[in-house]
Amino acid sequence: MAFVALADRDNDAHLHDPETFITKYVWSQDHKVIAIQYGVVSIFVGLIALALSVMMRLQLAFPESFSFITPNDYYQFVTMHGMIMVVYLLTALFLGGFGNYLIPLMCGARDMVFPYLNMLSFWTYFLSVIILLASFFVPGGPTGAGWTLYPPQTILPGTPGNELGILLMLLSLAVFIVAFTMGGLNYVTTILQARCRGMTLMRMPLSIWGIFTATVLGLLAFPALLVSAIMMLFDLLLGTSFFMPAILSMGEMPDYQGGTPILFQHLFWFFGHPEVYIVALPAFGIVSDILSVHARKNIFGYRMMVWAIVGIGALSFVVWAHHMYVSGMNPYFGFFFATTTLIIAIPTAIKVYNWVLTLWKGNIRLKVPMLFSIGFIFTFTHGGLTGLFLGNVTVDLPLSDTYFVIGHFHMVMGVSPVLVLFAAIYHWYPKMTGKMYNVPMAKAHFWLTFVSAYSLYLPMHYLGILGVPRRYFAYGGAEFIPASAQSLNVGITMASIVLATVQLLFIINLIWALKNGKPSGDNPWEATTLEWQTPETPPKHGNWGPELPEVYRWAYDYSVPGAKLDYIPQNEPHHGQGSVESDSDDAVDETKV
Amino acid sequence: MSMWTLSVALVCALIVWAVLVRYLMAQPWLPAGDPGNLDDITAVDQPAKKVGLYSFLGAISSMFILFITAYLMRMDPKHGADWFSIPKPGILWINTLLLVYSSISMQHAKSVAAQPGQVNLKRGLLIGGLFAFLFIAGQLWAWETLHGSVHFHLSNPALAFFYLLTGVHAIHLLGGLYVWGRVTSRVFNNARPESVALSIELCTTYWHYLLLVWLVLFGILLLT
Repeated sequence: MAFVALADRDNDAHLHDPETFITKYVWSQDHKVIAIQYGVVSIFVGLIALALSVMMRLQLAFPESFSFITPNDYYQFVTMHGMIMVVYLLTALFLGGFGNYLIPLMCGARDMVFPYLNMLSFWTYFLSVIILLASFFVPGGPTGAGWTLYPPQTILPGTPGNELGILLMLLSLAVFIVAFTMGGLNYVTTILQARCRGMTLMRMPLSIWGIFTATVLGLLAFPALLVSAIMMLFDLLLGTSFFMPAILSMGEMPDYQGGTPILFQHLFWFFGHPEVYIVALPAFGIVSDILSVHARKNIFGYRMMVWAIVGIGALSFVVWAHHMYVSGMNPYFGFFFATTTLIIAIPTAIKVYNWVLTLWKGNIRLKVPMLFSIGFIFTFTHGGLTGLFLGNVTVDLPLSDTYFVIGHFHMVMGVSPVLVLFAAIYHWYPKMTGKMYNVPMAKAHFWLTFVSAYSLYLPMHYLGILGVPRRYFAYGGAEFIPASAQSLNVGITMASIVLATVQLLFIINLIWALKNGKPSGDNPWEATTLEWQTPETPPKHGNWGPELPEVYRWAYDYSVPGAKLDYIPQNEPHHGQGSVESDSDDAVDETKV
Repeated sequence: MSMWTLSVALVCALIVWAVLVRYLMAQPWLPAGDPGNLDDITAVDQPAKKVGLYSFLGAISSMFILFITAYLMRMDPKHGADWFSIPKPGILWINTLLLVYSSISMQHAKSVAAQPGQVNLKRGLLIGGLFAFLFIAGQLWAWETLHGSVHFHLSNPALAFFYLLTGVHAIHLLGGLYVWGRVTSRVFNNARPESVALSIELCTTYWHYLLLVWLVLFGILLLT
């Protein structure tokens, strides 16, 4: 059967050319503008979450020193930090930001297939952020129930924000899920239907495979969060007892009976664990592409990488209860979920090996995106290995709810994807703006971020092994916690302050380069993928000028023996079709290969 | 979560794998021929809107399956000692028939959409939409019937789930009626049949899907 690109057969598909400032930059239907809108809002809200984490660290390092941080504030900071980082920053920036920017460009499409829905997706996301932030300004403040929002304490008196705060959180999540669904339908459909001629599934760059699989996961997993949010709203507003058990709270007996908090945990983690991969899979894909470009080598084991992405995505739905070993669930479940958790380590390890083997004997160019990508391999391997500890029931039990867990998931799901985000922003910034950022400042940003992140999270594993519990406002005179642990806490807090402060370099650099950066050219990294082959940089509305590109090869033709250059773009025909490949190996450009 | 959900997840994963495996065996690093003549999944030539709708149905199927799983887990005697079965209002049977008729009418509209002369099309669309509105009115009637009865205790999860499941289903039908309203308006404004045929087809698919969901939900509600 012949490959038929939607853009070729659907002559009715017309672009919504912007005519005014408002339609170009506000109610824009251009995927690139929407991507940047997602990016700006998610980074803004992420900076708020970053500030909250510094406040938490200040309290932990110097208890009783800050009168403006009360126990309630602390729990609210913990909750909002976690939820914002996981959902409103990482999910939104990877899929709403990079999904939007890269899918049409890398697939050779003019735009998303449903541009209006795409615009609605961003503004609905923006509304969810407004609702979330509004909870800082309502009586009682935002919810302080922890980002997992476990009942019953979530809606019982004594938990900060147990009325309006949790109400706004649940509403915001529901609105976010609507926004994600609108965006997700666009990503999936565009990838399946709007690729240009020649762009088969197995010629797609791994970034697109990661985004595609993560979107499918999101479309299937976010409904679990929606279901739990709706049911909790019923418990909160109507007095039902889906999750709320009969309970004595602050000397009173609320009118609840028989609800099962464990049901909420199952629903939450049926979303929560795939959510890890909703964030991780786009990061895996993006880092694969960046490593290949800057190592001037084809990605090692492309087909295996695709299988691993799909396999990890499927397995991510059968591991959720490893977050619940201490919930009192059936022990046989624990055995099953420990097994699946260890199985998922196999495709994940394949990816790590393949990244390292891609670097092996590569012509490595230590550009800024490459530094962040190599940094990611370290932090992700570290976080993944500690995951093996926590995936085993017997090891998890003593480590559960300690700082070991905090160290683990911040390495694997915090630092690692954020390093990839930095890599991706530095990699595609020249295409987005046509300007090059200040490289020394960006390298300083990398080294300070990498070292301070390790200084922050590595000691937490030690604290966890000591048994220091998480989620405590202050430890008082707990005898099992040695004084040295408090000294370590001070050091961790110092690292967190450095980590937070150096992000200013990143922000300043990006803003500075917008006006003062040198012109980057169309393809500064000499990359093969389609987004670097656009007629203009930054690409104009419609991306490709009058003719769509045609793809003749995969995305990883680097250092091909016999080629004049050490890269061959995907839209370059093979021999006899105007190829840049030469007829003999003698023509290899030694300066490039 | 129940092993049932786990099995559904595994079966879905296997189906996805079976669909994809043919394409995942490609060797993209080898030179290939004409880019317009490559074997690929998009050779399944479907309109983007149809793919979008089926993706959406996948997402909301996940939601309904999770609601049903939560229902079954909550009524488990280990947790649900407070579960008291409620009488099901008789009007639910009439509502079910209304939704079946609605679905049949939409199917009729779809089958005549491409034919010349739009009288049958307009009639099919109108009856399909009207019956869907009547279904929702009937559901509200059922709500009101239960609200006025001695069984109305929201602390009883059986009752709470009844309102929850019927409500979520009705909201999705209302969303469908919004699209139906736009399509019907275009038909009554004498839009070209070929320009509305796809929208009518997708509306019909959505109607059948929601009928199926209702039959499953109604069956589960009746069994408890």
